[in-house]
Amino acid sequence: MRLDAKIPSGPLADKWDRHRFESKLVNPANRRRHTIIVVGTGLAGASAAASLGELGYNVLSFCIQDSPRRAHSIAAQGGINAAKNYQNDGDSIERLFYDTIKGGDYRAREANVYRLAQVSVNIIDQCVAQGVPFAREYGGQLDNRSFGGAQVSRTFYARGQTGQQLLLGAYQSLMRQVERKTVRIFPFREMLDLVVINGRARGIVCRNLVTGDIERYAADAVCLATGGYGTAYYLSTNAVGSNVTAAWRAHKRGAFFANPCFTQIHPTCIPVTGEDQSKLTLMSESLRNDGRVWVPKKPGDKRPPHEIPEDERDYYLERKYPSFGNLVPRDVASRNAKFVCDEGRGVGESGLAVYLDFRDAIERLGRDVIKARYGNLFDMYRKITDEDPYEVPMRIYPAIHYTMGGLWVDYNLMSTIPGLHVLGEANFSDHGANRLGASALMQGLADGYFIIPYTIAHYIASTPLEKVTTDHEAFAEAENNVRQRIDRLLSIKGSETPRSLHRRLGKLLWDYVGMSRNEAGLKKALEEIPKLREEFWQNVSVPGDANYVNKNLEYAGRVADYLEFAELLTIDALHRTESCGGHFREESQTPDGEALRDDERFSYVAAWEYNGVGQAPTLHEEPLVFEYVTPTQRSYK
Amino acid sequence: MRIHLRIWRQPGPDAKGHFENYTVERVSPNMSFLEMLDTLNEDLIRRGQDPVAFDSDCREGICGTCGFVVNGRPHGPDSQTTVCQLHMRRFRDGDTITLEPWRAKAFPVLRDLVVDRSAFDRIIQAGGYTSVNVGGAPDANAIPIPKEVAEQAFDSAQCIGCGACVAACKNASAMLFTSAKVRHLALLPQGQVERTRRVLNMVARMDAEGFGPCSNEGECEAVCPKGITLDNIATLNREWWKAALKP
Repeated sequence: MRLDAKIPSGPLADKWDRHRFESKLVNPANRRRHTIIVVGTGLAGASAAASLGELGYNVLSFCIQDSPRRAHSIAAQGGINAAKNYQNDGDSIERLFYDTIKGGDYRAREANVYRLAQVSVNIIDQCVAQGVPFAREYGGQLDNRSFGGAQVSRTFYARGQTGQQLLLGAYQSLMRQVERKTVRIFPFREMLDLVVINGRARGIVCRNLVTGDIERYAADAVCLATGGYGTAYYLSTNAVGSNVTAAWRAHKRGAFFANPCFTQIHPTCIPVTGEDQSKLTLMSESLRNDGRVWVPKKPGDKRPPHEIPEDERDYYLERKYPSFGNLVPRDVASRNAKFVCDEGRGVGESGLAVYLDFRDAIERLGRDVIKARYGNLFDMYRKITDEDPYEVPMRIYPAIHYTMGGLWVDYNLMSTIPGLHVLGEANFSDHGANRLGASALMQGLADGYFIIPYTIAHYIASTPLEKVTTDHEAFAEAENNVRQRIDRLLSIKGSETPRSLHRRLGKLLWDYVGMSRNEAGLKKALEEIPKLREEFWQNVSVPGDANYVNKNLEYAGRVADYLEFAELLTIDALHRTESCGGHFREESQTPDGEALRDDERFSYVAAWEYNGVGQAPTLHEEPLVFEYVTPTQRSYK
Repeated sequence: MRIHLRIWRQPGPDAKGHFENYTVERVSPNMSFLEMLDTLNEDLIRRGQDPVAFDSDCREGICGTCGFVVNGRPHGPDSQTTVCQLHMRRFRDGDTITLEPWRAKAFPVLRDLVVDRSAFDRIIQAGGYTSVNVGGAPDANAIPIPKEVAEQAFDSAQCIGCGACVAACKNASAMLFTSAKVRHLALLPQGQVERTRRVLNMVARMDAEGFGPCSNEGECEAVCPKGITLDNIATLNREWWKAALKP
């Protein structure tokens, strides 16, 4: 199969307009006859379901939580980028496009990224119209801050709760459509299989997480907006319920998985404290606007921070990257934190942390200004660590945060299964090998509000869709598949908990497929993962039954999927022998330790086709063509 | 630390519930409350017993998924803290802690500590939005909004919809939840068009869902993890009367 990204021809700046004009439309009176399933209610899913409902389609919206408002987009703290140039500091669509392509280490498609930069300006307008209370200046205009990888201020924010406010805006739009009866919501539902009929995605099979019923839903098109796979690492900044199951089951039905090794490790998280920890908490990147990152110059210096004089501190980001300083992109900041800790200069009890210090900012701006900017983050830090960041520097360490890889999609956000569209973090398309801060919210809402309404109409209008009901044998086959898997999980009655097996998988991935990867380690992981998977299916314990709220059963199913997915993640990391963005192969670095790309051999998207559990997947390459930017060695010095 | 727990166990919505006693050993003071419960569940699962069902997701206090009553207080003893952000350093070795689900007619218990809060969704559905379709929004800076107003709107908008306010109220009233959304949108220019209809419809839906009336005692404010204040309820009352008396 040849991958066709369906990039429109013509000049970069005109592609999207032209594509919209050339796309077919669905007559307003006919839209209600078309059913569209949207799985997931984060920024991408909620905005897609709401927009499609506004247009008049019959939308079915599914989420695993008790309400669509809970999706993990809600936890995004720092902000959302848009090329508004309200600050008159030289921003433009071109610059946001360029920063994003460069930030992604030249592993994203030009056309997708340009379109993202174009619609970014509409997103802010839409959100303000919904009543999202963004931060304002005294004159009543919107305020902006800077984020990593950019030298302009283009990030819009609502204190440290931007994701919450944007998600509630999308959720409210969604609930408005529920009242208008264009959208029906199905909370407490977990998608466990995709139904493919005549080669097209025509429905899903779900488990009702309250009653345990296995339910079938048919549609003309399916949208997956089910987020990333960061929780494969067990400890991450994701919600404990975030999972790869829906995407993985779609992959097993024929959707290619692209660039899974592009994982983002966020530099500013609260360090790990103990074995029983269930998740890691992010401290927003926006803190790097005013906080200074440092470690002691001397390895093994155990003095408390205030006793370490200025000339014995190493502000290593400012020293190595004078032009971007503490605001280098996330992959660069994370790797450097790891390097200084590997040199024995890490701080705190475990030695796996660096300081993020606000002393100078508090001196310069006063405590009140810092409190207004970051108050809720400081409170959160204190609650978790029992330390006051106004008095002592924060201790931070990198953690898995976001995944740039995901299901492969073309320019229309359609996967390799016709009719299956993938939105937001669940797809692979816009961030290349590293995502810049405040760009995830932008992409989720771009996909949902401004892209899918056009591209899905074209699919529906140009595709002969025969009538399909849930009585079709493909639904029966999918349901049977789901039931068998659940029965199998319940029948093992072993002695290991899903959590302990998940924790072991996470440790394995973090050690060998984490911030820094090498051939020997990756091969080791490929030996260990199948063994762990075998142990899971021999010895997992899932007490109880399937016909009521059984959270351990849900969790066991997700862990089983991570144990299959982890192998693909590692295979992709092993095959890509270059370093790029968040994927750092020790074999491929510049003399001063920066990621060294190999454009000759790896300037492509790696899209993997599923061939069965434990079977080698087939690699399909989509070449990346750069017509407008010239890939260069990224430099933030 | 060793912690004794009395936990409400209820197999399903129509089944009768009861308290059961458990002891968790080797609790570290740095654990979050939910990590302590994870440890209990790990033990139960290893022994082939049904773990305690409780809801949680982000575990950083923003999604609103978690929540149960800890020693009679929704989300436990710390102010402005969801139970996922509560840490065991707040308790002492040998303590006995009682856990119960939110108790309200409008929030039926699904299992153990998990309740159905879809009534909150239906209140929002009745009008907790501005009716703007995607596509036609004017430039975001076209309508200046004074910083103070934006900040006040934000204070109300940060409600996480966890339901602690309902659980704390002897009338199981949803006034704090409803009022936060009404005030958020009433303060902003974007919310003016539907201001009258919104408050009437949301209050009518709140009553229809089986939430009780407000008697201004403020338990809701005391337990709200996001610090939503009683002023919101005062605003709601004023907005409702203004709307109801409108000729």
